Amino acid sequence: MLKRKRFIFAMLAILPTLAIFAYVRLYPIADTLRLSLFQWNILSKNKPFIGLANFRELMGDHLFLDALVNTTIIAFGVLFLTIPMALIIAALIFHRTRSKMAGFYETAVFIPHVVSLVPAAMAWKWIFDARLGPLNAFLSFLGIPMQNWLFDPVLSVICIIILCSWQALGYAVLIYIVGFKNLPVSLYEAAKLDGASGPQSFWYLSIPMLKPITLYVSVVTLVSGFNVYAQAFVLASDAQGAPGRQVRVLVLDMLENSFRNYRVGYAASEAVVLLVIVLGLTLIQFSMLRERGRT
Amino acid sequence: MTPKDVTGKAMHHVEPTAEELAEGLRLRRKKRLNNLAIDIFLMIVSVLMLLPLVFLVANAFKTPAEMLAWPPTIIPNDPTTANFKAVLGDTPLLRWIGNSIAFAVMSTIAIVATSSIAGYIFGKFRFQTMNVLFALFLATAIVPFEVYMIPLYFQAKSLGILNSVWGLLIGYLVMSFGIFLIRQNVIHSIPDELLEAARIDGAGEFWIFFRIVLPLLRGALGALAVLAFFQAWTAFAWPMIVTTTRSSYTIEVGLALFQTGFTVDLGRLSAASATVLIPSILLFVILRRNFVQGVASTGLKE
Repeated sequence: MLKRKRFIFAMLAILPTLAIFAYVRLYPIADTLRLSLFQWNILSKNKPFIGLANFRELMGDHLFLDALVNTTIIAFGVLFLTIPMALIIAALIFHRTRSKMAGFYETAVFIPHVVSLVPAAMAWKWIFDARLGPLNAFLSFLGIPMQNWLFDPVLSVICIIILCSWQALGYAVLIYIVGFKNLPVSLYEAAKLDGASGPQSFWYLSIPMLKPITLYVSVVTLVSGFNVYAQAFVLASDAQGAPGRQVRVLVLDMLENSFRNYRVGYAASEAVVLLVIVLGLTLIQFSMLRERGRT
Repeated sequence: MTPKDVTGKAMHHVEPTAEELAEGLRLRRKKRLNNLAIDIFLMIVSVLMLLPLVFLVANAFKTPAEMLAWPPTIIPNDPTTANFKAVLGDTPLLRWIGNSIAFAVMSTIAIVATSSIAGYIFGKFRFQTMNVLFALFLATAIVPFEVYMIPLYFQAKSLGILNSVWGLLIGYLVMSFGIFLIRQNVIHSIPDELLEAARIDGAGEFWIFFRIVLPLLRGALGALAVLAFFQAWTAFAWPMIVTTTRSSYTIEVGLALFQTGFTVDLGRLSAASATVLIPSILLFVILRRNFVQGVASTGLKE
């Protein structure tokens, strides 16, 4: 009787949240999956079921493949730049935890992660600017020829990787610092007694013990890398000033197909590809964690 | 007994040789040098991380002529507030900031409300049905917003709420991670005995939730609120598609489209950006502890 009453209360309390959740999350996710199998154009009345034809078309779509390649390069570029740097910076900040400056270091590294994307990207746009920017000024001071950072096909991708890494670094550092705080102190003391130096215990103790955290941060960084949009929108305008065209990314291509070409079904199939990538990365993370748990 | 006495006694018992003393001194000096090197390195990293933002704020105070000067200056020679005046005249900047604040505040309220209720129910009412529902919430947590925002856009459109704060809000009403965070806190910091005792004393479920559970969750709710606020404040893709009229833009969208105009004036752009950045950085520095607690708990999945 009492249990039944509590169950009714729980159901009634959860119901509004559940309803909202179903409407703004479950339904659109299901709808994305459904639309990807239809030729669903805004302009045409007929919206026939076409099976996997959208996906087959994607495989030959140069703009999409271009976007997929760029996005993958950006995501992995950010990963390989961010994780080693974050690990080292976090280790050093943790080493200096007791100093008065630790709070300042942590805040300074973390601020780029919380500031709004667009104003921050604006700052970098000036830094990379070929004619006015301090980066080229610095290079020419060193005697290195000036580069056309934002319009060169390779350099503009690098610019986006740098901007995204600048933003992602703070998050990774913060998570690593939490990881360092949770490592057993006794182990380090034992290593020290055995004559291990600081760098040695970092390499042979910290890095293996922080592996679950490294996996977690890597997946978070990769997933947000695959969703890159604002950074490319601001930084990579093409020569005509059309935003984001210089370096095409997945989200931009998807939004263009949906809102410029009115091909919603086709855009939904791109969203499904994005979803599959994210799910794949998450599965890899979980299976690697489980493997580690078994040994 | 004061610490001095302790060391005094210790010194008396174990007479260190001069060599040992010298060795200790050398090690301590080495350690101090090491720490100094680390501090210098971290200081350089910190300054490099902040430098782009410093550039931006400095640019906001430059005259158009100085903006074009080569080599670029770092500190403006002749600071002016003309850029700020111009940008406030050119664009509905304050309106955009207002839209963003309204959106972020409402989203924060919605997320805190839905997360605290759902987190409490999932944490303390362990029925089979609830566990299934929780698994459902958790399973969708990894689906990025970008994946389902196009169907959501058409839902907002059929509700007739495009170009309004309600349209923005519909994408940011619930946060799977928030529910998860509150549930963890409920499980770890609210003992079952406390709730049972209140029930035996005749307290209703609503009273228990508002008078016992919510006050105990204050820390976690604070962290969640800060996360939710910044999440909405920095949102980009969703506001970009939902708002298409100049007066309904959020600050992110307004700035992004402002910079694609043909006559891009970097000074004005920087002034507009600085107007947005400075308050949000101040807010972050004030709320840093909450924020760090919230973000740090994202990493502790187990």
